Amino acid sequence: MFSYILRRLLMLIPVLIGMTLITFSIVHLIPGNPAQVILGETATANAIAELEKSMGLNEPYFVQYGHYLMDLVQGDLGTSLRSKAEISKEIWPYIAATFELTIFAMIFAVVVGVNAGIISAWKQNSWFDLLAMMVALIGVSMPIFWLALMEQWIFAQELGWLPAYGRQNSRDPIAAITHFYVLDSLIHLDFSRALTILKHLILPSIALGTIPMAIIARMTRSSMLEVMKSDYIRTVRAKGSGQFLVIYKHALKNAIIPVLTVIGLQTGVLLGGAILTETIFSWPGIGRYVYEAISYRDYPVIQSGILVIAFIFVLINLAVDILYKKIDPRIKY
Amino acid sequence: MKLKNRVLLFLLLVFLLVIAACSGDGGANTDTSDGEGDAGNEAANDGGDPAADAEAAGDQVLVFARGGDSESLDPGSTTDGESSRVTQQVLEGLLEFDKDSFELTPGLAHDWEVSDDGLIYTFYLEEGVTFHDGSEFNAEAVKINFERWANPEHEYAFADEGYVYSMYGTMFGGFAGDEGHVIEEINVINDHEIEFILNQPLGFFLQNLGMSYFAITSPAALEEHGAAINENPVGTGPFKFVNWSKDDSIVLDKFEDYRIDGLPKLDRVIFEVIPDNAARLIALRSGEIDIMDGLNPDDAASVEADEGLELLTRSENNFGYVGFNTQKEPFDQVEVRQAINYAIDKQAIADALYAGYATTAKNPLPPGYLGYNDEVEAYAYDPDKAKELLAEAGFEDGLDIELWTMPVARPYMPDPETVSQIVQNNLADVGIKANIVREEWAPYLEKTLQGEHELFILGWSGTNGDPDYFLSSLLHGSNVGSSNRNFYQNDEVDELLDRAKRAIDQDERADLYAQAQALISEDSPMVTLVHSTPVMATTKNVVNYVPHPSTSESLKEVELSN
Repeated sequence: MFSYILRRLLMLIPVLIGMTLITFSIVHLIPGNPAQVILGETATANAIAELEKSMGLNEPYFVQYGHYLMDLVQGDLGTSLRSKAEISKEIWPYIAATFELTIFAMIFAVVVGVNAGIISAWKQNSWFDLLAMMVALIGVSMPIFWLALMEQWIFAQELGWLPAYGRQNSRDPIAAITHFYVLDSLIHLDFSRALTILKHLILPSIALGTIPMAIIARMTRSSMLEVMKSDYIRTVRAKGSGQFLVIYKHALKNAIIPVLTVIGLQTGVLLGGAILTETIFSWPGIGRYVYEAISYRDYPVIQSGILVIAFIFVLINLAVDILYKKIDPRIKY
Repeated sequence: MKLKNRVLLFLLLVFLLVIAACSGDGGANTDTSDGEGDAGNEAANDGGDPAADAEAAGDQVLVFARGGDSESLDPGSTTDGESSRVTQQVLEGLLEFDKDSFELTPGLAHDWEVSDDGLIYTFYLEEGVTFHDGSEFNAEAVKINFERWANPEHEYAFADEGYVYSMYGTMFGGFAGDEGHVIEEINVINDHEIEFILNQPLGFFLQNLGMSYFAITSPAALEEHGAAINENPVGTGPFKFVNWSKDDSIVLDKFEDYRIDGLPKLDRVIFEVIPDNAARLIALRSGEIDIMDGLNPDDAASVEADEGLELLTRSENNFGYVGFNTQKEPFDQVEVRQAINYAIDKQAIADALYAGYATTAKNPLPPGYLGYNDEVEAYAYDPDKAKELLAEAGFEDGLDIELWTMPVARPYMPDPETVSQIVQNNLADVGIKANIVREEWAPYLEKTLQGEHELFILGWSGTNGDPDYFLSSLLHGSNVGSSNRNFYQNDEVDELLDRAKRAIDQDERADLYAQAQALISEDSPMVTLVHSTPVMATTKNVVNYVPHPSTSESLKEVELSN
């Protein structure tokens, strides 16, 4: 097990180098000169040339890539062209914000999705099954931005139950420690703030979690139906176990394995794909960070942002593989 | 499996907590202590200051929401409005603009003198002023700041870290050593007296000093923070910097030792980023924020109808235009350019896209500017006249052209796509087939700079309140290939603009600019469409807030009523 994890970690090195080359090349293929974008329509040709020089953009492509790689090895993600701040110092709050949102979105997706899937399989073809699968179908086909706007309109503007934007009460910002605000508020033992912060999480989490929720529900349902037909379930039943115990203890353990794969993949997708949700809910996450960087042609930020997201994606996949083993001892490495 | 059970139990608990948080609030939305939930309720607007919670109730905390974050809080190193909006509160320059115009008023300099030849400017500085870090403001501090902008080799220029003070270069004719650079030397006469010696007169020198880009940073802070000064601004302004969460919020607190007694009135200002215009309006309606910039013109009517809100406008300080590449056929013919000017229905554009918050433009300069020429006769909407002129130029059978349209919304052009469609229809009526060309913003700016376009849509906003910034940047021959995307070159106009730039007598300058506008109108190097008045909104509680045409206003006199 340990050597497996080590091997997987070592394999990350060539994967990451490949990724840097790809992102570096793609970013440099984007048309448009960052100096021009930064200075805007009022820029003079002189100012643009000066800025290009100071940003090192007039150097050859491979020289620039070389510099980038050398810095990267030393843990230096570069400097944002736009804010002139070191990316390695600037990026953490964005990552934390996205993580927090993704965790809550996935909690919503897993709790609702897995349970809906189980109940659907349990009561196959009942009204609940039909309804749940219909909701799941609508869920996967609904545009996130539309759902988000509807939520804002109904729950923030019309009913006034939940805040429409941001991570916290803007009049009373929290002194961030980890930048996971829920955690920070608990460290401060500030429960009223924690409640406020949780309330800010509800609408964006639902918007972001709806698609994975629907996918997980369908996956769980079909996986459960499969497992419920197997011999060992019949045996368990024959021994007189109650329905609830049969499903949640015996059947779920096997049915959950393919669902875990989906959960892992979806978590990765959410991490990178939260741009729309983050924009609509003014959530200062990594998606917004990269998006803003793209519109400013802020090359180092785009590169680092994509690299970090990719890195996390790979780590999540590793975690899922390790979890398989925990759940199913039959899996050998 | 034990582990799984525990994980599921934990997830279930968290979920229940979330549900409880949600529902507990719906029932009691007027007396929750956190104040966040009821902030979402429209009815709560009647209750005074709904979002302030118990501990903040007596405090004057203002939340200002805008669409984007600041780039840098080192004022000289940026050109963007969102940055100066914040630095305006933290740092001050030698001179300031009046509350709602570009009239100059004293800032850190309470008085100033100009020599007769316009080459020596002497400033008398306020005494007893301290920076937020406790160090003393003096003439030396002014000198250090100007030298760091002018000279990339200066120890505080931070050129290696990517700092370029492009606004300094634009406004003062380049950097130390450049041919056009106007500031020859800066002499500290004593602690409170400083002298700028120019190598040539500059008609808008004082006007430049009012710009927020040339605000003075504490030299002690430059020493302490080095290149990180853009995240640790230290000035003499009414508010001192506290904290910046990127793309989220910037927090400023009252500077207790501010040089003017009784100011500022607010205890705390928070600049909040809410990218979506609609979400920002919801936040304002619910009382989560106090001031929002960047209201859609279409929402203005509903804000006006709302008893809890106040609609505000900034005065016209921009214009949108359809430019020609005047060096490309057939736009090198003045008849063709005039014909297109007659063909476009400017009033229709103003009515359709700006919800009444725009007026048609006849000069490439907003009304109210020094030397604005009101005698110039606007090109009226006259398709017949346009056809006549086209026939004169030899295009009675029509024309096939490219119309480039910008991809982003700007204050002077909230919906460029629709503008280009209206222009396309107008041109079709006179027999010109315009093919719309779309480019991304960065390549759009680059390619129009290089002259690849035929017709293009763009605009311009003022920064220092001087006509030179409009007329020379856009239409002086020396700026072809730079900011003159019309590729317009008229020696007579150039000479008038040069003389106006070097003159110090403002009446003389006004006269020269008026002459230049008459010539430009005749030559018609662009179709000036509209001047827009950007709209914004505040809650009724906000007192003394006056929007400035530059988009950066001081909040020192603003307060909140209860």
